[in-house]
Amino acid sequence: MKHPAPILTIDHLFVRLPARQGMVRAVDGISLKLMPGKALGLVGESGCGKSMLGRAIMGLLPKHAHVSEHSEIFFRNRALHRMTGKQVRKIIGKEMAMIFQNPMSSLNPVMKIGRQITESLNHHLAIKKKDARDRVVQLLRAVGIGAPTQRLGQYPHQLSGGLCQRVAIAIALSCDPALLIADEPTTALDVTVQAEILDLLNAHQKKTQMAMILISHDLSVVAGRTDETAVMYAGQIVEHAPTAVLFQNARMPYTRALLDAIPRLSDTAHADLKSIAGNPPDLVDTAPGCRFSPRCPAARTKCKTKAPPFTHINGTRYGYACWYPLESHGAWPMPSCTAAGGQ
Amino acid sequence: MSADATARGLGPGFWLPAAWIVIVLAAATTAGGLPIANPDRIHWEAMAAPPGTAANNVDSTESGGDHSSPGTFWLGTDAMGRDILSRLVYGARVSLAVGLVAPLIGIFAGGFLGCIAGYYRGHIESIVVALMDIVLAFPGLILLLAISFYVGANLTTLILSLGLLTIPAFCRVARGHTLVLAEQAFIDAARLAGAGDMAILFREIIPNIIIPMAVYGLMVAAFLIMAEGALSFLGLSVPAPTPSWGAMIAEGKEFLEATPHISLIPAGLMFVTVVSFNLAGDSIRSVVERRESQL
Amino acid sequence: MARILVKTAERQIPGPARGIRSPWPGRRNRMALQLGWTARKLGRLGIVLVAVSVLTFGMLNGLPGDVAYVVGGVETTPENIARIRQDLGLDHSPVIRYLMWAGDALSGDLGHSYLTGEPVMASILARLPVTLELLVISQILALCMAIPTGVVCACRCNSAADRLINGIGFATLSIPSFIMALLAIYLFSIRLHWLPATGYMPLSAGLWKNLRAFVLPGFSIALIEWVVLMRVLRSDMITTLQQDYILMARAKGLPPWKVILHHAFRPSSFTLLTIIGLQIGRHLGETVIVETLFALPGIGRMLLKAIYNRDYLMVQGGILLITFGYVTINATIDIAYAIIDPRIRWRGANVR
Repeated sequence: MKHPAPILTIDHLFVRLPARQGMVRAVDGISLKLMPGKALGLVGESGCGKSMLGRAIMGLLPKHAHVSEHSEIFFRNRALHRMTGKQVRKIIGKEMAMIFQNPMSSLNPVMKIGRQITESLNHHLAIKKKDARDRVVQLLRAVGIGAPTQRLGQYPHQLSGGLCQRVAIAIALSCDPALLIADEPTTALDVTVQAEILDLLNAHQKKTQMAMILISHDLSVVAGRTDETAVMYAGQIVEHAPTAVLFQNARMPYTRALLDAIPRLSDTAHADLKSIAGNPPDLVDTAPGCRFSPRCPAARTKCKTKAPPFTHINGTRYGYACWYPLESHGAWPMPSCTAAGGQ
Repeated sequence: MSADATARGLGPGFWLPAAWIVIVLAAATTAGGLPIANPDRIHWEAMAAPPGTAANNVDSTESGGDHSSPGTFWLGTDAMGRDILSRLVYGARVSLAVGLVAPLIGIFAGGFLGCIAGYYRGHIESIVVALMDIVLAFPGLILLLAISFYVGANLTTLILSLGLLTIPAFCRVARGHTLVLAEQAFIDAARLAGAGDMAILFREIIPNIIIPMAVYGLMVAAFLIMAEGALSFLGLSVPAPTPSWGAMIAEGKEFLEATPHISLIPAGLMFVTVVSFNLAGDSIRSVVERRESQL
Repeated sequence: MARILVKTAERQIPGPARGIRSPWPGRRNRMALQLGWTARKLGRLGIVLVAVSVLTFGMLNGLPGDVAYVVGGVETTPENIARIRQDLGLDHSPVIRYLMWAGDALSGDLGHSYLTGEPVMASILARLPVTLELLVISQILALCMAIPTGVVCACRCNSAADRLINGIGFATLSIPSFIMALLAIYLFSIRLHWLPATGYMPLSAGLWKNLRAFVLPGFSIALIEWVVLMRVLRSDMITTLQQDYILMARAKGLPPWKVILHHAFRPSSFTLLTIIGLQIGRHLGETVIVETLFALPGIGRMLLKAIYNRDYLMVQGGILLITFGYVTINATIDIAYAIIDPRIRWRGANVR
């Protein structure tokens, strides 16, 4: 019942990026825990800081980004925030890997596929050339690429977007990472390919008991593929719950709004999709109250003046940040149920 | 940071070089009235004198009332005993005449061709571009050598041929800007208001390309001063007795070991002047670019 | 030299008008388009070459006075004049004369100097290797300076080092090559006694001795040249470093030098390579000055000597050959670039 130590612990992470208007609070006080072998969905509108969070974990923030000194990130009980670049580079690509949004541009256009995959192997594992080649072929097969030996000598521009993303996944998985951060892995792909890639990630995650953070702007991507889901808004986590619970029983009005924006088969042909009125807030001069309050249909005076704290439910890690949460339908499942979260 | 720079507008990066250019220009134009030695006068007793040599023993010479004799050779004398300072001042006339007049030829001829080509497009554009390609086909210095060889070198042919050489570059700048401008809404508006082609060219397009052309002109001026320097260094610029910076540098190169100042002082002066033109042009350009990016 | 003006001119032009080629519309048409484009380029090359030869011919033949006396020089004999008249076909009309001259030139005969008796073509070809060696060495030296500085500037863009290097570069661009050469002589030869200022050694005297004679002249050109190369590399590399695949390479845990060397450098070096080709042509002009100053027996020095001696046929032949070489090099690079430019391929890939 009680899980072992979390694989990833983020405590009070603040990331600021200088921009023309001032410092943008891209990540504004995020705390998170991820258990080994679990998949976490990280959902929010574009620009809410979810990619920056992913890059902060990997230590791949832009050069000018500023991380608060009180921020702590522990990975397998090692303090990433205290490591030098060199120490971090021993971990990323090996124990912790990342795949990016645009597969076409995230592969080097002038380097052969084979070399792009072996590079990571050679760097992290003392591996013989012959063995590396076998491993690459095996990896390509594992990510569902046909005729892997021929693909080795090809350049990215000779492959389709879906194949490129499979190659990127093969690179990420090459050293059997314990944690995979997938940053919008399907956003740039054709709809038909999206599900294949997501299912591939999901299957691999289940099979190897790898932990995964699946970043998306689309709640439906996360649905059924993750154990728990965190909803981000304006650099903060506004709701965090087991995925199944979140879908049935969102407490935060923003989550509700995101859910309402998902088109459903059951909708009538011309049903209006509900979009969220207004725009995400300015992350430079943040207002004192709840950041969602200007767009929130249920906002009251208190929301405008005082920021709601993150309310934990029943002493679990889960909860929401809202003064006037939506009604709870039925009982909140106990944390022990979350393992079966999924469907 | 960038906001500060915009608020300041043209900073010392522009005013210092501009001041230097004005000083050189003023000295060159008023050279005759300045208390400096005759640039052609040979001081036999002070050949290749180092900078700062006092010239008091020179005053007792036969020429009696020669008020242009200096008290001191502030920058020394050259190998023939001529005052370097005054030769530099007179030499500036050639450099500045070339640097300031020749680009005007390029601006007018190249600008005209470029505007016409960019505005009318079609065959006119093809012909202009092809003509410019032919001029560009010659390596610049080789073309200059050829012209000065066949036509002979004096200030007029020099300015004309250097000016000719800049036409393609100005033409390209003008054409590029015209192409962009011609797509803009205010040109359509002017046309709808009944303005003819000429009116649009002169009232809408030309005023809008003057600043980029002028900025570019400053850089071309810097380039031309260097090109004239190269020609006169090779002895193919203005004929011998007329002082010019390039020729002064060439005259001193035989004495580089013992008296390097004869070459290095004019070289330094040319460098400072060329840098000034480049800096001035660059600072105006970055201010213009910043303004545009803020619009 | 005029070309550098144009290169800087391109920077003055706002974005959309810069010579951006539109991506190829489709794979099937690509080959045909490339062929068509190449053919048009070759056609234009032909026109330019004819124009250049007409101009070169016209310069001499447009001179006032009798061309025979001009060519023969001041102290020539009537027999000589008659011979020149015969050789150059001065009794024919200018058009016929041009055709005769151009035909001879095509078959490799540019006449011979009436002052020294040397055949023009042979004496140019004999000096060509020296000039080419100078150009190649100067480009190599320039690359040796441009690549490290360009990479440092791109990786530490807007840092103190970047500003310093760019400031130095800005200043160097304001130094004409003859002053640069003079400074090189003064510093390395006269003050430091490291290298001889003059004294060309042929390759037969030994590779080391030969190279030694080219170091200072090569540096004089390279010291100006590297700035252009450095700027090109810097701006391309800054663009490359923002690409997703660089982030991906960093996510593999590769050390920065590997990311730069294996992933960032190659995609950033295409423009650099083209520029090098173009610059070699551009420096045909500079060689006149540098070869003269360092007493290297190349084409540039020969041309200048011919100018001083008013050796008209030699000058005419020299200008014609240098210009032909320059035009042909530029056109070849243009065409080769368009055919092998991988970015066109990538763009096509991204569109798909």
